[in-house]
Amino acid sequence: MAAGRPVRWHIAVFLAPAVLVYTTIMIIPLFGTLNLSLFTFDAAGQRVFAGLANFRTLFGDPRWSDAFWNALGNNAWFFLVHMLVQNPIGIALAALLSSPRLRMAAFYRTAIFIPTILSFVIVGFVWKLILSPIWGIAPDMLDAVGLKALFAPWLGKEEYALTTLALISVWQFVGIPMMLIYAAMLSIPDEVIEAAEMDGVTAWSQFWKIKLPLILPSIGIISILTFVGNFNAFDLIYVSQGALAGPNFATDILGTFLYRTFFGFQLQLGDPHMGATIATAMFGIILVGVSVYLFAIQTRLRRYQF
Amino acid sequence: MKRTIQFALLSSTMLAGAATAQTTLTIESWRNDDLQIWQQTIIPAFEAAHPDIKVVFSPSAPAEYNAVLNSKLDAGSAGDLITCRPFDASLELFNKGSLADLTDLPAMANFSDVAKSAWQTDDGSATFCVPMASVIHGFIYNKTAFEELGLTPPKTVDEFYSVLDAIKADGNYIPMAMGTADQWEAATMAYQNIGPTYWKGEEGRRALIAGEQKLTEEGWVEPFRQLARWKDYLGDGFEAQTYPDSQNLFTLGRAAIYPAGSWEIGVFTPQIDGAFEMGAFAPPVAAEGDTCYISDHTDIALGLNAASPNAEAARTFLEWTGSPEFATLYANALPGFFSLNSTPVEMTDPLAQDFVSWRSSCEPTIRSTYQILSRGTPNLENETWNASANVIRGTETPEAAAERLQSGLASWYEPQK
Repeated sequence: MAAGRPVRWHIAVFLAPAVLVYTTIMIIPLFGTLNLSLFTFDAAGQRVFAGLANFRTLFGDPRWSDAFWNALGNNAWFFLVHMLVQNPIGIALAALLSSPRLRMAAFYRTAIFIPTILSFVIVGFVWKLILSPIWGIAPDMLDAVGLKALFAPWLGKEEYALTTLALISVWQFVGIPMMLIYAAMLSIPDEVIEAAEMDGVTAWSQFWKIKLPLILPSIGIISILTFVGNFNAFDLIYVSQGALAGPNFATDILGTFLYRTFFGFQLQLGDPHMGATIATAMFGIILVGVSVYLFAIQTRLRRYQF
Repeated sequence: MKRTIQFALLSSTMLAGAATAQTTLTIESWRNDDLQIWQQTIIPAFEAAHPDIKVVFSPSAPAEYNAVLNSKLDAGSAGDLITCRPFDASLELFNKGSLADLTDLPAMANFSDVAKSAWQTDDGSATFCVPMASVIHGFIYNKTAFEELGLTPPKTVDEFYSVLDAIKADGNYIPMAMGTADQWEAATMAYQNIGPTYWKGEEGRRALIAGEQKLTEEGWVEPFRQLARWKDYLGDGFEAQTYPDSQNLFTLGRAAIYPAGSWEIGVFTPQIDGAFEMGAFAPPVAAEGDTCYISDHTDIALGLNAASPNAEAARTFLEWTGSPEFATLYANALPGFFSLNSTPVEMTDPLAQDFVSWRSSCEPTIRSTYQILSRGTPNLENETWNASANVIRGTETPEAAAERLQSGLASWYEPQK
């Protein structure tokens, strides 16, 4: 019987376009980058195989490793702010929006989602202007409520700059978790809610005991999207603080560190090999993060079939 | 008619090198702002004297220029004349054989050694671009505001601070318009502006390259100490103030003094549009009568594509670029970009005249970090941006900043080890 089975060519044919495109524009460059990180220029400017020497430099030479750990630490904080602020607010907004008594829900949904479709460049410049100590409306608004003393040039202070940028990014992207959770909440069948109400589970306890467990898988997906997005972030910092990620590298994240190294900056010539090394390290970090999620968290999430 | 021109352009590009009556030269440049000036002023002047040579100015965007030029040179499609960035970017092209050696060009005699240093090999044995222009650092001030407050432009450091104190006490103007958000302002308009006075210009710069001086020595730390004092005279929230913010503060008449580069002349004059009068003063000296030093930074030059089939015509153009006639045309069309030609150039812009007058009274030098010292990692120029901004914000002491720069430089630069 097995011998008479026709070869199912159509599977290969239908897969081919996606596989080819994905291989050309993703897999090959990815391995090209990993490969590039194993080479270096010798004294004569020739490309020579260097093994793991670039990684030894990146993690062993204090000049490189300090910059790397600083960027990684900043990245971790950037991610933490998103997890602690963006996602809870997104869930809260979704819960409010899915409440049947809310009027103009469509308007709020759209208004909150709009920043997400704006370009980083616009968001960066608009917020830089809002927060500008010279022309910005932030100092005037604080002044109007008598809190002028609270104003500081946040983007220029080492201790506040990164948090400020993280919050700007939260403002821009809060629409994404909101929409995903909102969709998840709408998909909860009315029967389940009604049954809960029959049992006397309403309002807050209904949210905690019925809705939240049902949307947990969505929250998991959002967390992993946030993680990947944040560790690949670059645009907002570059637009508002420049490639040197000032003040004093307080806003330097892996993306800007990679950019400076790979493409060079001002008088610094680009170093493709060290750049590829940093890119490989970033790839590793994201890979580990995603794996931890996939194998340790996602498999334990309980799913409910309706 | 249009088609004829297109055809002529096309054929001249394709048949370049063929024995045609007219040779067409193409200039690669990042100065797309200057396209009109080249097309309407400079090229017609050259073509009138050399009817057999036609010149096309073909600029690309400044940020893309280096990358575009490199790929064009590699592909063999670059123009005959190449606008040269100073120091390593051009030196690399010369070492790769993309730029021709112009040491024997007669017009080179019209330029001083300092002017040529940006486009020479490290030992100075070969020069590969004809210097075109430099930019000078100093301070631009609001003359109207100074008159209102009864102030005169300062000559010494003490006078400088007493002027700043007086403006601050009056309260109507921000004493100095500068921010640290973009970092390069702090390094370029502050450190490299007042620094040469303390490290004695070329003397200190060359000693640093030779390894005879260290960045932790007095001459290199003192400029940082001065920057630390500037903090009190900058506007509220200067930490988040960007370069365009500073420019606007000054052109709107809200700030009295602007630590400047001469290229601002061309930007400020139309923006202020007569609302107030501008003046300029050189970086102040420690005591009356001391030699003053200015940063007269070589910024732009013109070189010859080694693969150009029209090398002879291109050399004719380069020879003309080195002439006083070109210098006069260029310096007047672009006030603030000063000719590097040894022959003094008549300029009509009064502010530009102020700036260029310091060349005769002060010792010129170039930015200390540009030649050789920014070749390694960590990059001295980029570190200087960061250190200058930190010192002005008061988050790093001048001594600590100098110490950090020195150890960074010593980590890769042999003579400093």
